[in-house]
Amino acid sequence: MSKARLMQGNEACTEGALAAGVRFFGGYPITPSTEIAETMAKKLPQYGGTFIQMEDEIASMGVVLGASLAGKKALTASSGPGISLKQELIGYAAAAEIPVVIVNVQRVGPSTGQPTAPSQGDVMQARWGTHGDHPMIALSPWSVKEAFDTAVMAVNYSERFRTPVILLMDEIVGHLREKVELPDAAELDIYPRRQPSCTRAEGYQPYAPAEDLVPNVADFGTGNRIHVTGLIHDETGFPVGNPKITREAIDRLHQKIAIAADEITHVEEYCMDDAEYAVVAFGGTARTAYEAVLQARAKGIKVGMVRLITIWPFADKAIKALAAKVKGILVTELNYGQLVGEVERAVAGKCDVKLCAKYDMTIFEPEEILSDIEALAGGKA
Amino acid sequence: MERSYEKYFRQNRLPHLWCPGCGNGIAMKAIVKAIEMKGLDQNKTVIVSGIGCSSRASGYMDFDTVHTAHGRAIPFATGIKMANPELNVIVITGDGDCTAIGGNHFIHGCRRNVDLTVILFDNNIYGMTGGQASPMTPTGKKATTAPYGAVDHAFDACKLAEAAGATYVARSTAYHVQHLTDLIAKGMDNKGFSFIEAMVQCPTSFGRKNKMADPAAMMMWMRDNAVMKAAWDKLPEEKKTGDKFPIGVLYEASDIDYATAYDHVIDLAGGAGK
Repeated sequence: MSKARLMQGNEACTEGALAAGVRFFGGYPITPSTEIAETMAKKLPQYGGTFIQMEDEIASMGVVLGASLAGKKALTASSGPGISLKQELIGYAAAAEIPVVIVNVQRVGPSTGQPTAPSQGDVMQARWGTHGDHPMIALSPWSVKEAFDTAVMAVNYSERFRTPVILLMDEIVGHLREKVELPDAAELDIYPRRQPSCTRAEGYQPYAPAEDLVPNVADFGTGNRIHVTGLIHDETGFPVGNPKITREAIDRLHQKIAIAADEITHVEEYCMDDAEYAVVAFGGTARTAYEAVLQARAKGIKVGMVRLITIWPFADKAIKALAAKVKGILVTELNYGQLVGEVERAVAGKCDVKLCAKYDMTIFEPEEILSDIEALAGGKA
Repeated sequence: MERSYEKYFRQNRLPHLWCPGCGNGIAMKAIVKAIEMKGLDQNKTVIVSGIGCSSRASGYMDFDTVHTAHGRAIPFATGIKMANPELNVIVITGDGDCTAIGGNHFIHGCRRNVDLTVILFDNNIYGMTGGQASPMTPTGKKATTAPYGAVDHAFDACKLAEAAGATYVARSTAYHVQHLTDLIAKGMDNKGFSFIEAMVQCPTSFGRKNKMADPAAMMMWMRDNAVMKAAWDKLPEEKKTGDKFPIGVLYEASDIDYATAYDHVIDLAGGAGK
């Protein structure tokens, strides 16, 4: 461990990305994510890496995809309006299987919304924010330290699965300052860039899946002379207008994530041993929810908390298990109600599901969540 | 028969999808001839294209190639070049791709003077989607979305590139094929943003709408209206009218390219050698 430092969530995210090997950043200023760009501008050249401020959010997404194709681990960061602009190329990254991390430090939307008050309104945008069928991995930290940890995980998953990964931060964590002790680089497991398993002469096919269904696509400039396209393609990487190949290509994109879902779906439980009720929370809101749970416990309510670190793929197994254990679930989120639909789907009527939503540009107070916990537990004070 | 350029093409991806009489194949071959002339390493040369008729070229060319999204070739190319400056990065784009949906990327690529060679296949129309007006459709010419003639003024992409900071700007045509090849090769020599407008005939989507459906006649039009830069400069202004346009090296400047400029940043930050 390095010595303790006072650090902001956005800075910790940057440190995690650098520790995981990110050496290229392309971005455009937008609050509340700008500190990530500013920190990258200062730090990346110290590592021999490249920071480039692009002309817009679309170019920022394009430039990181180009850098990733040329062999650099690459990251961009933005907030709602900017993420909306990046969506087309997020789909390109999914289709062409280009590793990249997109940080979204959420603020109130839609549109310019309430700049730059906290929100968690981009849960569904993270999942579905591009056209067509595609899988998505999204992680959401609740602390400054976890901003570092999830940045490392996001980079690792993007490389391992060759897919875009969204680090779904919120303004609460992005601008939070806490004391943290960051691990040394040597303490981290870093997933290296995948390499071709055979040569062009041996019949290398850049989009032939390995055993884990992920292709070992060669970096540009390594003599493999590959073709990369956003068109549906076969193992050669060249477009094919064929129903069978189309179905197989889209199936594989989903399956490569689905077969690893248990490994990458991270959930933490608090006060759950004897719990009869549970709060489901994520990101900065989970901090307040945890305080509310402790206050409810002090009042004798047997309530715990399940915190989703991985938002996508959704933690179906954990929520199904929770529904079998508790009498009721309270979903707290800083939006009109997005994740609650997923919880209801997984619970499938096995227990009560209530929503504690807030979308007025302020964060939750513990009392607001506490009163909903009390209502869920049958009005016990 | 001259067959020495076959090694630069993916034979199993041919024939190409362009219409009979299209000028894109001429421009594509001019690029590989320029690559041959300059002796660029086939394994260290990347072709980046956008979307549209022009941009299908990348699939036929045997290099590392990326067929990006509509308008986004220059940002991808910028990322590739900045991530690995030893690569030769060539962009193939079209008039709609480069000056409409990708217009902002184009001017900022020029401004940064990224060491790219950008060849715009200018067919004055959106060909792939069946003939809609582009920002380079001449005013008054017809398109499916300009049935009474284009209302908009057309971009002069070369003037735009020059004004935005490109350090090499040239124009030629599919008729002047050796001239075009030489201009592309010269662009590869420039360490900075090189822009070459290659005027290509589109008999199918542009020509048919504008009483120029014969590809040979379209090339004759190029022959008859193109004026070499040196002669153009001597023309009195009143003669620079009608369809006449200049070809050749239209602008050259010497300036530091973006990757070299960023190397100084890395030096300042103490990251050199890492």
